[in-house]
Amino acid sequence: MQLDMRSVIIALASLGTLGLIFGAGLAIAAKKFAVPTDPLYDEVLGALPGVNCGGCGYPGCAAYAAAVARGEVGINLCPVGGNDLLVNLAKIMKLEPAATLERQVATPYCDGGAQEAGTRFLYAGILDCVVANAMSGGDKDCQYGCLGYGSCVKMCVFGAISMDENRIPVVNEAKCTACGMCVKGCPKHIFALRPSSMQVHIRCRSHDKGKDVRKKCSVGCIACGLCVRACPVKAITMENNLAVIDYTLCTNCGLCIEKCPMKTIHGPLSAQSTK
Amino acid sequence: MVSNLFAIFFGAILINNFVLTRFLGICPFLGVSKKIETAVGMSLAVIFVMTIASLATWGIQTYLLMPFNMLYLRTISFILVIAVLVQFVEMVMLKATPTLYQALGVYLPLITTNCAVLGVTLLNLNENYTLVQSLMHGFAGGVGFGLAIVVFAGIRERLDFAPIPKALEGFPIALIVAGLLSIAFSGFQGLL
Repeated sequence: MQLDMRSVIIALASLGTLGLIFGAGLAIAAKKFAVPTDPLYDEVLGALPGVNCGGCGYPGCAAYAAAVARGEVGINLCPVGGNDLLVNLAKIMKLEPAATLERQVATPYCDGGAQEAGTRFLYAGILDCVVANAMSGGDKDCQYGCLGYGSCVKMCVFGAISMDENRIPVVNEAKCTACGMCVKGCPKHIFALRPSSMQVHIRCRSHDKGKDVRKKCSVGCIACGLCVRACPVKAITMENNLAVIDYTLCTNCGLCIEKCPMKTIHGPLSAQSTK
Repeated sequence: MVSNLFAIFFGAILINNFVLTRFLGICPFLGVSKKIETAVGMSLAVIFVMTIASLATWGIQTYLLMPFNMLYLRTISFILVIAVLVQFVEMVMLKATPTLYQALGVYLPLITTNCAVLGVTLLNLNENYTLVQSLMHGFAGGVGFGLAIVVFAGIRERLDFAPIPKALEGFPIALIVAGLLSIAFSGFQGLL
């Protein structure tokens, strides 16, 4: 096939010229209609992590930076940046450096996977927790428990969550930035943020009575109260059939872990927490 | 001549409405139709882009593509024109009405890929419209888009207070309403 060089050149030249003319026009327009941006905004935006996770509650880092630059919101909303960011932002905004924050990690408060917790019916819909939850609360016997379809894995923009073979989410604490998307997104509210140094935590969300929990799940909190009595600093209380740890009191001693008959409490001493 | 323009104007608004009959530009139709205010802003932007795009593409078509026999370049050159126009509208809007700019959000740059805009320029070509006819068609196409999106936004604002079955709340009912609107507009077929 003979290539007609002339038409190729004409096509290139005409489109190129058009592009140049339009580009020049836009450049002039950009100068003419330039909107001066707040230099503060640019600095704040530069300091933010730029991952656009939405953890601060704004659509992205740019929106949050604009709000900070206008002085409308505090500088402590970004969960990703941590202490360094707080210090930087305080410097940019000329504020007093805030008290240092303890690093937090997201933790799944349910350990009743496919082996431990039974199901009520055979679910054959879309493999997504939000969809499954719309189906009368999902197929798990325990209506508080993790549905195990891994919506949190999809939500986590940092790739910190994975599902284990038992269909329970596992958080890679090194990758977790505590942006809180899983906390907001999980239809069963399985996730909560916990100070990363406080490793003792009670992996259950069930407010069912102990007898009912026993029927539905082999690792759920049955509200027996052994941990409440075992705790030397009285950090554990029983709230509505569920043991809750007060992290302002907890000393990470781990006595409750040994006492728990259902192995619901995880911590530095339990083998499961390292999985 | 005048009656012909009249036919093009009402044809593009009612009979061949770009959204409800030709099914072009559905993305902003569904995306920016939650409030009448943003819907009006969006339709003004689309009317502007469609009219100017009709003008600019007619020029390119008549003085560049036809004489050099390069009709195969029309899609890419038309997209170029539209993209530049949208960029321009974006700059002006950011300067003039930052609130509207915020409200339209991502849908403003998305006019670039709004197939209604490319559709109107390509239809101008197919119908062998003159400059005035092209301008009228582009303008009327934008007005038709605006009519559809504003009517739709009005219905959606009222839907917020309507007792809707839970499973249909939000987007599903919006799609049903869009379908009903489209059926309603098919009643205009054969008007002219």
